[in-house]
Amino acid sequence: MATLNVDYMLGLVPVLLKYLPLTLEMAAAGMALALILACMFAVIRVLKIPVLNQFTIIFISFFRGTPLLVQLFLFYYGLPQLFSALTAINGITATIMGLTLHFSAYMAESIRAAIVGVDRSQTEAALSIGMTNSQLMRRIVLPQATRVALPTLMNYFIDMIKATSLAFTLGVTELMGATQKEAAGSFLYFEAFVVAAVMYWIVVELLSWLQRHLESRLNRAYNR
Amino acid sequence: MITLKSLRKQYGSTVVLDGIDLAIEQGEIVVVIGPSGTGKSTLLRCINFLEQPTSGHITVGDLSVDVTRATKKEILALRRRTAFVFQNYALFANKTALENIAERWQVVDGWPKEKAHQKAMDILERIGLKDQANAYPASMSGGQQQRVGIGRAMATGADVILFDEPTSSLDPEWVDEVLGLMKQLAAERQTMLVVTHEMTFARDVADRVIFIDGGRIVEQGPPNEIFQNPQDPRTRDFLQKILATNPTGV
Repeated sequence: MATLNVDYMLGLVPVLLKYLPLTLEMAAAGMALALILACMFAVIRVLKIPVLNQFTIIFISFFRGTPLLVQLFLFYYGLPQLFSALTAINGITATIMGLTLHFSAYMAESIRAAIVGVDRSQTEAALSIGMTNSQLMRRIVLPQATRVALPTLMNYFIDMIKATSLAFTLGVTELMGATQKEAAGSFLYFEAFVVAAVMYWIVVELLSWLQRHLESRLNRAYNR
Repeated sequence: MITLKSLRKQYGSTVVLDGIDLAIEQGEIVVVIGPSGTGKSTLLRCINFLEQPTSGHITVGDLSVDVTRATKKEILALRRRTAFVFQNYALFANKTALENIAERWQVVDGWPKEKAHQKAMDILERIGLKDQANAYPASMSGGQQQRVGIGRAMATGADVILFDEPTSSLDPEWVDEVLGLMKQLAAERQTMLVVTHEMTFARDVADRVIFIDGGRIVEQGPPNEIFQNPQDPRTRDFLQKILATNPTGV
């Protein structure tokens, strides 16, 4: 059995760290956009807005029903073939687009469930003191739905961070792409990918810590 | 103050309110009694448009609404002149007792937070819950929650407060403190329309008792007339049953 080249691994850390920001930026942008989209879809589904509701159902069905990698290839290689304006689309943009649409489909469903889960009588109480629909959504329903949806949404965010590694198939040099290149040069595949794996792991652990912190904050009102 | 004219509510072919005519004076305390499922709660919910009435007119103060043609603006205006106390309290679970009460002023009337909170403290004092200002509903007893529910209704400054069986979900030990607060409001001549099974409250506090059955007002009058000398056989039958199950009720 060959020995582990620890010096190589330590040397690789600063090299790969330079590519971590791109990974995190793609995930953050994807998450922010997906949240906005998912909230819109969820409200459309809850209020059953005609036409938009049907569109949303089909949208969610497609983006949940097909693999993310297929969707990324469709955006990056497929769409420019139909619309020449999209030939300029780069791998990073295509990845963010794919992550946004794919994860918004999942997130819309958990946000919808969380909104529906807020006790209906509180909505009536808000109406009875004269709040408008948007006031009661903003002040009463969404804050409570957020608490319910938070663990699942954080799960999707964690999943999304790891899914950014698919960007390397579109030629983007993010953490995964950079590791692949380094490993191909040194032939130390095991060492290189262990370093990459640990980096993903640490990022996700930091997020889990943040999640626990946020949850206990949001649960303050419900502790007896 | 409040006038209902031929108020009707139908779910499909089921008639729940079969033409209710009712006028309530300012400062009057009206108690609605009647068997379960006869439209008492629906009546209250229709006045507040928590249910869309099928037809009729609702007048509160100088605002008169034909329910079949009610615009969103009119519904909102109507809701801002009426307040509702729910059977299950329906407090905002993400807000403290203080915030539950201040919410109307802060959000609907657009007051600055400090002013709204200051006024909410006054209400908490009146309902005897100043020490619970920063407690969340989950940590309060049923009786405390319902008193905050009443406080929230008081904060609306509404022309009338609608009480929908305010003590029905309470453990017996909390009923008196809620009824006590309602009596206090009655003594201040707050206009109230109360659906309840608390016959003692009806007898002691109401100016007028209304008996509803089958979506209609069967009989109404001062409490001693309704309780001592009911005219309609249905009223007699109902009161007999109530007294049989709860002999101390009246």
